[in-house]
Order: sequence, then structure tokens, then C-alpha cells
Amino acid sequence: MSYETDGVGNNMGEFVTGRVGEIAFASVQHLSLVAQSLVIATVLGVGIAALVYRNATFSAVANGVTAIGLTIPAFALIGLMVAPLGFGVTPAVVVVVFYAVLPILRNAVVGLAGVDQAVVESARGIGMSRFRTFWRVELPIAWPVILSGVRISGQMVMGIAAVAAFVLGPGLGGLIFQGLSRMGGAGSIESIVTAVVGVIVLALVLDLALLAIGRLTTPKGIRV
Amino acid sequence: MSDTATARSEGDERTITGKAIRLEGVTKRYPGQQRPAVDGVTLEIPAGQVVMLVGPSGCGKTTTLKMINRLIEPTEGRIVLGEEDVTDIDGDDLRRRIGYVIQAGGLFPHMTVAQNIAIVPKMLGWDDARVKERTTELLDLVSLDPDTYRDRYPKELSGGQQQRVGVARALAADPPVLLMDEPFGAVDPITRQRLQDELIRIQHELRKTIVIVTHDFDEAVKLGDWIVVFREGAHIAQYDTPERILAEPADEFVESFIGSGAGLKQLGLQRVRDVDLAEAVTARPGDSAADALARAEAAGHGHVVVVDERDRPLSWPSRRALQRMTSIPEAADPKTPVVGSGATLNDALDEMLVSSAGAALVTGHRGAFVGVITVEVVMAAISAVRAAASDAMAGAPVGTNASDPAARGSDG
Repeated sequence: MSYETDGVGNNMGEFVTGRVGEIAFASVQHLSLVAQSLVIATVLGVGIAALVYRNATFSAVANGVTAIGLTIPAFALIGLMVAPLGFGVTPAVVVVVFYAVLPILRNAVVGLAGVDQAVVESARGIGMSRFRTFWRVELPIAWPVILSGVRISGQMVMGIAAVAAFVLGPGLGGLIFQGLSRMGGAGSIESIVTAVVGVIVLALVLDLALLAIGRLTTPKGIRV
Repeated sequence: MSDTATARSEGDERTITGKAIRLEGVTKRYPGQQRPAVDGVTLEIPAGQVVMLVGPSGCGKTTTLKMINRLIEPTEGRIVLGEEDVTDIDGDDLRRRIGYVIQAGGLFPHMTVAQNIAIVPKMLGWDDARVKERTTELLDLVSLDPDTYRDRYPKELSGGQQQRVGVARALAADPPVLLMDEPFGAVDPITRQRLQDELIRIQHELRKTIVIVTHDFDEAVKLGDWIVVFREGAHIAQYDTPERILAEPADEFVESFIGSGAGLKQLGLQRVRDVDLAEAVTARPGDSAADALARAEAAGHGHVVVVDERDRPLSWPSRRALQRMTSIPEAADPKTPVVGSGATLNDALDEMLVSSAGAALVTGHRGAFVGVITVEVVMAAISAVRAAASDAMAGAPVGTNASDPAARGSDG
């Protein structure tokens, strides 16, 4: 056993140094896929929440969809996307966005519904339009809650984005599938381990970035 | 009526900046409810006056208020502001021209005090310099030091301070009309009293048209030029001056709403400056006690008021006490009963009862002694108010419900 571990250790070093360029490129691609999908998902999630949060029935439906959506295996959903969207970046983005929307939507509904109605009423009472009230008052107050949804999403879809490589999408998932397809062959384990470690490191980096964004975008008056 | 007349004549140099409001047959029906929440209210709110809407909870007073700025759209009826029919104009546009204050201020927690106040002026397109100047002016108006409070967030303010900022925000664009929904409901009694006094002072300065919803009848008596007493469905039980409602409640409903002690409540209507004060013999520290005593005896007074170099009262020794002195002492007696001339008779009576003197010293401008108010004067004032209020009054604003008053009388 000790021989094997050493072997893997040695091979690990060789594997990584031999493919620094490829790994770096895949990491950047991976992070870029996740980050862009998160931006799209935030816009979608907040947008959908804005439409449903005033209505108890719609909010309940949104929450139900969120709960059910999270139970769908990512691998299965990707498989289903291949038929209509083919292979490549598009199905990968669609699937990652789909999963990323769910926690954001849920938190946005909770956050927006939690805004003190007295504050909303006084906004309307001094002549702010519906839209302005949402944009200037409700959204900033709900923002910390929404942002924590974005962070949950970020952690979750880091892994899902790796699965997206199944449809030849970008990112570290490619290394995992290479490893899996050559299981037992030279460098297969190293490939998988590198990708997994890469995903974890990226997840930490992203979370720190989101934390920083949170500090910068949360108004001082409601910072805890 | 003497008190309101006096108050108004004092404010004559200030022009009325408020506009009259007229509700014409305004009705609100909610789907699925048989009875309308507000049933054909016709109400005239005179320009520059404070009108209080009172009634039990669920009587439709808040709905009525919110239909004035169309936060709640009326099902039927017209709303007229000044000479302009505002029933069909853009609601947001209308609300920018009407100040609105709710319980606890309704401040935006993510904005500073200055940002909160600046919202309406910015929506109206004022430039930054003008907005800044206005913010400073308003914070001064509501007695908050601009430099201290401008950049604070609402959570860094006390309840009373938040309420002040709420009033400042509502007044930001200098609207002719101010609507307040239970504005002082969320603060402790002492702060509430202070905020009420503050509002009276601000109104004295600005002369806006103010409509206030409250469930507290004492507050209505204190703040209102007129009071509308609603029963369920916003049926107007009585629309009259506080004096008249206290002296002559229209029916049992109003009577029960006033509660007990109507006579005592009337004391809250009159201010010390409106009644005749008794004169007093004054002396300064260091004067000869015998001399002061002689003057008091000559005037037939039992006490001598000791005032400092700026005429502020220090102590109030009796003749008996003076007999034991050679010269007038300099020390201030903290137990001396003193009331300001702006205080209500209620406050004055309080002061007398606490000091058990049966009278109190009245101070005017910068705390200078102006005279003595006695229990007898207070009693006489109550009788006078009751007598004056019973006289028929002309020129009262209209307040009815669209349905036949006679028919309403029979089912009420």
C-alpha cells in the first residue's frame, strides 16, 4: 500500500508539472463557466422572485419547484439536454444555470417577502413608483439574503459544472472524464484527483470573492 | 374658542402654506365584503388646519387617510386638493406632492438620514446643492443637529429621532399637505408628548394642512383644530372642534369614545398664556426682607417672588418665611412651581398639585417671570370653555356620509 501511495504521490507531481498549462486553462474555463452562470442565475432568480413574492400561491409554487429541482440528478439532466441542444458549451451553461437559480430563487423570495411592509408602504406613500420601490428599497434590503443564496449556489454548481464536461463543456470536468475513461491506466487517478482538488480550490476562491462582493455591495445601514 | 383664536392671531405673520382637501362621496369597497370599508364620506379639510381622524380600530379611518393620497384607490367619489381634482392623475405624482408619515417613521434602513430626506427632492429633480441645503434646514426644523445626524443610519437613532426624521422626509419637498398615520403610536409616553409639542411648534411655523389618524382621543384633543369621530364604515359620528366635541358629544357613541373626564381633558386645550394671570410682588436677592414684606402686605399678597437679574424666578417665599429673614436669599428653590406660558392648563394643574401650592409661577420669553396662575383661574377657564363651546358655531367645515343623515340617525 505504501508503495502505491508513494507512487501516486510521485506520479501526482509529474502529472501536474507536466500539464500545468492544460490544468490552468481548464481551471479558468471552469471558474468562468460557474461565474457567468451565477450572474445569469442571479438575474433570473431575482427576476422570477420579483414576479412571485407578493403572491402566497406563486411563492409556494416557486419554493416547490426549487425543492423538486434540486432532487434531479445533474447527470440525468445533462443527458436530457443533449437531445435538444447538442453537445458543447450551451447545454453545460443551461444545466449549471438551472441548478444555480434554485437556491438564489428561494432566498430571493424569502428575502423580498421579509422586507418590512411599513418601509414599502412609506416608499409608496412618498411617491416612489412600484419599480423604483423594488429597485431602490426592497432589493437593497433583501440583498444580503439573496447574496447568501448566491454563495450556496456557487458552492453547489462548482461540482455540477464538472459533470457538464460530459457534454464536452469546458472546465475541470474534462480531466475527471479522461481519468474515468482510462480507469486503471497510467495517470488516470492523478487526473481525477487533480480535477477534484482544483474544483475545491476554485470553490474556496469563488466563495471568498462572493464574500468580498457582499461586503462591498451591502449597504452600511443594514450590515450586521 | 378663545385659545385657537389666540393661537391663530399669533401665527398671522406666517402665511398658510397648506391647501384644502375635499373628499366628495368617497367610498371604498373590497371584493368579497358586503359592507363598504368607507361608505360615501364627504369631508372638507380646511387649508392650514390640523384635522384628526379618530375612531375605534377597523372603523375605516386609516383607509380614509390613505385614499387622500390614493395609496388606496377609492371605488367611488372624487378627491379634490386645493382647486384641483386629483382623483384620476398619476398616483405617484400625487404622492410626491403630499407628505406621508407612518408609525415609527418608516425610514429606509439602508440609507442615511440625509439620503432618506433627499428621496423626494431627488425624484423631483432638485440639484445636489439645493437638496443638501434643504436637508440641513429640515433637520434643524425637527430639532436634530444636522452635523451629528446627517450621516447616521436609522438603526443608530432612537425611536423618537427616527420619527423626527420621518417628519423631515415628509416635509422635504415642502408639500402643502401632510398625512400622518398613527405617527406617535410606537414611542414611549414621554417621547410622544415631546413629539406632539414639536409638531405643534412646527405647524405653528409652517401652517400646513395636516390630517392625522389616531386612536388616542387625548392626542386628538391636543393636536387637532378639528376632530372627526368615525364609527364603523367611516360613518362620521361628529366633526367638530375639540372644545365642542368635549362639551357636546353628538351621541352616546362619541361620548363613550371620549371616555371619562371630559372636563379634565378640556384643560389640555387651553394654554397658560390664554388665561388671565395674577400679579405678584417681586424682589431680587440681596433686597431687604422687611421692605419686600411691607410691599407684599400693601398689595395683600401672601408670597413674594424672588427673581434673578434676568427676571427668572428663583424662589417663592411666604410672608411668614420673610419675617424670619433680613435680606432676600440668592439660592434657587428647586421646589418652586414654574410653568412656561406655552404649557397647557393641564400641565399647570399638574405642577400645582405636585408642589401643593395651589398656584404656579408662569414664565414667558427666555424664562422671565410674567405672573401667577392659580387653581381658581384654571377652574374659571373650564367653565368659560364649556360656555363658549355651547354657542352655535358658524363656518364649520362639512363632514357627512352620502347616505341620508336622517336614515343613518334612525339605524344608529
